[in-house]
Amino acid sequence: MRDPATPLVHLHDVHKRYGEVAALSGVDLHLGAGEVLALLGANGAGKSTAIAMLLGLSKPDAGRAELFGLAPETLSARQRIGVMLQSAGIPDNIRVDELLDLTRSYYPAPRTVADCVAFAGLEGLLDRRYGRLSGGQQRRVQFALAICGKPEVLFLDEPTTGLDIDVRQRMWATIRQLVAEGTGVLLTTHYLEEAETLAQRVVVLNRGRVAAAGTIQQIRAHVSQRRIRCLSSLDVAVVATWPGVQGVVRGHDGNPERIEILTDNTEPVLRRLLAEDNELGDIDIQRAGLADAFLELTRDDARKEAA
Amino acid sequence: MTALPMSSDAIATRHSPVRSYLLEAKYECLRLLRTPSFAVPSLLFPPLFYLLFGVLLNKSSGDAARYLLATYGVFGVMGVGLFAFGVTVALEREQGFLIYKRALPMPPGAYLFAKMTMATLFAMMISLLLAALAATVGGVELRASQWLLLFLVNVIGVLPFAALGLYIGSLIGGQGAPAVVNILYLPMAFLSGLWLPLKLLPTWIAKLAPVWPSYHHAQIALKVIGMDGGKPLALHLGVLLGVTVLFFVLARRRFAA
Repeated sequence: MRDPATPLVHLHDVHKRYGEVAALSGVDLHLGAGEVLALLGANGAGKSTAIAMLLGLSKPDAGRAELFGLAPETLSARQRIGVMLQSAGIPDNIRVDELLDLTRSYYPAPRTVADCVAFAGLEGLLDRRYGRLSGGQQRRVQFALAICGKPEVLFLDEPTTGLDIDVRQRMWATIRQLVAEGTGVLLTTHYLEEAETLAQRVVVLNRGRVAAAGTIQQIRAHVSQRRIRCLSSLDVAVVATWPGVQGVVRGHDGNPERIEILTDNTEPVLRRLLAEDNELGDIDIQRAGLADAFLELTRDDARKEAA
Repeated sequence: MTALPMSSDAIATRHSPVRSYLLEAKYECLRLLRTPSFAVPSLLFPPLFYLLFGVLLNKSSGDAARYLLATYGVFGVMGVGLFAFGVTVALEREQGFLIYKRALPMPPGAYLFAKMTMATLFAMMISLLLAALAATVGGVELRASQWLLLFLVNVIGVLPFAALGLYIGSLIGGQGAPAVVNILYLPMAFLSGLWLPLKLLPTWIAKLAPVWPSYHHAQIALKVIGMDGGKPLALHLGVLLGVTVLFFVLARRRFAA
């Protein structure tokens, strides 16, 4: 039996260069059963290279990439994963049911076609040619192909890019259901909302290195900033000079009576606001979201590199 | 290395890849039959040309009908090999489909097997269409063994062109591949004596002809009906085998990179 502690997916100190460019420099990541890991990073940060290593499409220069403790090229390992790539390049002149038929045949114990249809929302699409589907429908077909083999690990590369909000939410619900059944999911996405909704853990890549790794809460905590929004008549130029204030704008939401203050020292700033403006009202304090944390993390790194 | 869990081992032995190979081949054929820009010229042009030049415009001798039966077979099979491999592989590589297929647990070699099956099937269809035309309106009479041999020469002869096509597909993008294939295909057909016997062409063309793989394929087909140039069979077979291995190895190297 497999040691339950062995991760399903594992990159161990992986290095990869393409000519002069270091695509990955010492990246570690792992994924366990029933877990969603979001891999975040700007374009060129190394996300695609990391995925390519795990799918056996590319070999590390140094370090190890493993699926279920096996080399990713191993057929029996790949029979336990499902893949949804950003562009599958599926030919136009093949029908949806034919694609499913073929892809299901690769797996030892595939889902039934009816299950695939239900999971991915392919009702009424089976006899259509792939090239005649809308972009969103094609994405759903790719999702069906990813889950049709009843995989233990799903690789989802930008799964909901270009999808309507209701289709996206339906896909999220399906992913959550699969995760609840024990499927591990490695997700890359541009939508931080998607990572926040689905993932327990996040790995932020920046220039081929892990810039941050941890739970969503831990990543957010990297950023101590809060946002204070309130109705106030105070002069924003003056507020900007207060200690602890990192930025002030008036009318950020189109309401000229509202100001937004970005601070890393919330309580003193809040006390002073209340002291200086008796009319102050409708206070709203927000902790930075994953998006702010992400920007902060990658900006920090860029600054260090420039220095 | 960690051992596989028992359950998955047991499943893996039950699961047979044969079905994947067959389905892969079936859908490859269906896909190309649904592509009129491939299927129509591949299947219709060789018989149509044969009908025109071998039958309708040829009132004089039965020799032309026999000669062109052999060479249009080579012409058709060469087109299938070059287009079915060169153009489809180039497109599928460019659009990312090859990478997607590699990421899926497709059994090894299923992609090539499917393309080979499709090319063989098209070669058979062309061969049968030509034979039907020749035997009826062409008035060609051959022994049963000659019909059979001609069929086999056509079908097996798709291999060197498939390898050449595969290499072109590994080098050139989907937009450029049809142009490159046509630039090779049509002049090579003419210069190998597929449209007109080499005897009727300028001597320098005849001298140059052994450079082209299609010449060697045509000479083997012509040997079957006793109309070849008289060079040894082993030479032609050797060249075609060499061409097949060379371009297959070159293509493999490109895909591995």
